[in-house]
Amino acid sequence: MATLLDESLTGSLAVRQLSVYYGDKKALGPVTMTIPGRQVTALIGPSGCGKSTFLRSLNRMNEMIPGCRVEGVVKLDEESIYGPGVDAVAVRRRIGMVFQRSNPFPKSIYDNVAYGLRLGGMKDRSELGGRVERALKHAALWEEVKDRLNESALGLSGGQQQRLCIARALAVEPDVLLMDEPASALDPIATAHIEELIHELARDYTVVIVTHNMQQAARVSHNTAFFYMGDLIEFDTTQTIFTKPTQSRTEDYITGRFG
Amino acid sequence: MSRSSLRPSRWPHVGDVVLWLATGLATLLVLVILAVILIDVIKNGAPRLTLGFLTKAPSDGMTAGGIFPAIFGTVALVILMTIAALPAGVATAIYLHEYASPTAWGTRIVRIAVNNLAGVPSIVFGLFGLGFFVQFVGGGMDKIFYGGDKVFGQPALIWAALTMAILTLPVVIVATEEALSNVSPDVRLASAALGATKFQTVSRVVLPQAIPGILTGAILAISRGAGEVAPILFTGAAYFLPTLPHSLHDQFMQLGYHVYVLATQSSDVDATRPLLYATVLVLLVLTFALNASAILVRSRMRRHLSRSHG
Amino acid sequence: MAGREHTDREYEHELRQLREQLLVMGSHVESIIGDSIQALLERDSKLAERTIAADKVVNRMEVELDGLCLQILARRQPVASDLRFITLVLKVVTDLERIADLGVNICERVLELNAEPQLKPYVDIPHMGREAQSMLREVLDAFVAKDAERARKVIDRDEVVDALYAQVFRELLTFMMESAHNVYRATRLQSIAKYLERMADHTTNLAEMVIFMVDGQDVRHLTSREEPGTNDPRREHN
Repeated sequence: MATLLDESLTGSLAVRQLSVYYGDKKALGPVTMTIPGRQVTALIGPSGCGKSTFLRSLNRMNEMIPGCRVEGVVKLDEESIYGPGVDAVAVRRRIGMVFQRSNPFPKSIYDNVAYGLRLGGMKDRSELGGRVERALKHAALWEEVKDRLNESALGLSGGQQQRLCIARALAVEPDVLLMDEPASALDPIATAHIEELIHELARDYTVVIVTHNMQQAARVSHNTAFFYMGDLIEFDTTQTIFTKPTQSRTEDYITGRFG
Repeated sequence: MSRSSLRPSRWPHVGDVVLWLATGLATLLVLVILAVILIDVIKNGAPRLTLGFLTKAPSDGMTAGGIFPAIFGTVALVILMTIAALPAGVATAIYLHEYASPTAWGTRIVRIAVNNLAGVPSIVFGLFGLGFFVQFVGGGMDKIFYGGDKVFGQPALIWAALTMAILTLPVVIVATEEALSNVSPDVRLASAALGATKFQTVSRVVLPQAIPGILTGAILAISRGAGEVAPILFTGAAYFLPTLPHSLHDQFMQLGYHVYVLATQSSDVDATRPLLYATVLVLLVLTFALNASAILVRSRMRRHLSRSHG
Repeated sequence: MAGREHTDREYEHELRQLREQLLVMGSHVESIIGDSIQALLERDSKLAERTIAADKVVNRMEVELDGLCLQILARRQPVASDLRFITLVLKVVTDLERIADLGVNICERVLELNAEPQLKPYVDIPHMGREAQSMLREVLDAFVAKDAERARKVIDRDEVVDALYAQVFRELLTFMMESAHNVYRATRLQSIAKYLERMADHTTNLAEMVIFMVDGQDVRHLTSREEPGTNDPRREHN
């Protein structure tokens, strides 16, 4: 498990002076941090602290909210994702996202995973099939569904559906995977599967996960960032944050001394 | 604090009884009225409902023969009306729901227009059809293409169909919009997060899920179109035609209008009464069949979507 | 450091209970040290026997405190300062129990010595005993006050005890070389001095743990020349 921040790994996200406004109200920032590549970074903090807003600015999903304005720079390996002429659609093909409530399309399992690939124009059936299989294996779902790829995705259990959404996001082989409380709607066993999966994913992808479950953040991540009231309070290795954080607000939050 | 006994009481609560009685009586009333109408119509109309009735034209001043031309005209009208209304209505609904900003003044104007359109009395549509389609557009076409001959500048199938299309447009728009809003925002977000453009999300995810709702709206529009008479009074329906319409600028006979004709314009009331009842029966059967097929199509499409294929 | 209370009152209460019981155990152990030295000076066999019996209380408290820590670990998943506190308590309890056992050992030697006349006036050994006792008191105070500086001072005092032990050892060696008759008593006294020196060492361990709890610095097993280990990742937060 890597414990040092390393800017040279691919898939790192450099955030500089990022601020997000809803209308005139500033919801987040300015935030400056570097998310290391090929590691799991957890974002923690109380409700309304801005961690989900921050996550959404990493793949420009904030633009789907009317009135939302973003300032500052976010770079994926030296390429700015908010640069002039940069298409948000192209950004999202390299920075994928998995949501809190699993949201598979009412199509077959195969069609769900192939969706992103078909968007990009892939038509060849054998190529699609190979990519679908690989994505499902990456998401630890292949064994359970390989004999029923043509069945509706809605017939899967909650935990399986969430893994399907992960496979769907992985199929386009992004550099970064963003996860917004991916296990909060799942029972403990399904959660454990997802957490193990996240650990595996870090070998090939940069993972950024928002969670309100601090034990999960501690179990799953290499680095942790603590947000409070729209500001980044502390960002360090998970080991440090959970044994000897430097900021008293971080200490108060993780030990349960808040409010 | 005293504890209420858990043993059931022998008597039900008064409120429940009253409610049960009231709703039961209301339902009974509706069923009785429906039964009276149906029994009357079937008793008087069924005897004349033969194969010949359905396939022959009227004869002997409407006292004999069949209603085939009216059936043909109704079907033709409905098909043309649907071709005109459905794409326009669905497209409008997609624009309003997916693309337009909810607060822009343009969007608000369109919504107000749609809502008001739904409330316009059907006879007004008829007058509009007459003035705009028949006289203005038709007349203009005659001047430009036919050198003054009266071809399109008179009541015609095409004008009646277009008038009916405008009448049913609000139904299609509202049904489509409702179908679109039933598609959960979660699924749209998922599509966007995978790098889909808005058009791709709408065409590959939203529309397929909305099709049952859209189809329902279409069938409801058709059902209305089969029954409405006022809009086609001046725009294309005819009392009696020797031949079937064979081009868009021909007039046509229609079931609803035919009922009106048989009831009011007949020379021998007693002789035409059986035919009147039979025509009404055909019209009722048609309406019921259309509504039933709407429900069937919708439920089959729903099962289809949840099953899915490779 | 956070001076605020946990939102969960019961958790706060459990931690407070832990702290209080630890201090109670500490004061028991302090008394055992004092009583064992007093039994030596006054050649009081009855006191020595009472002190040996008092060890049972300390053993029982070790078991109770361990159980309480385990319970908190299982139920509360403590992190950061709470986690350091719990792990500290687990280790402190072990060290305290060993100090008490050393006190028992002293009393056992005292009982043996009381069967013979006193070899020499006791000067350095009681001095060592007072040092050990006061070092323990200082460490417990530092723990309560969360004062790492006081804990560091205790570590420095260990040198004094070590020097005293060397002196006692040399002196007793002389006695043993003078006459074979002295060997029995001298070896008993040398054992007592050794026990006291080990008590001071244990107390030094406790001081290091207090520093870790307060500062988050692990200062164990360092010579004065090494820098204490800290992770130093590049931190860029504002």
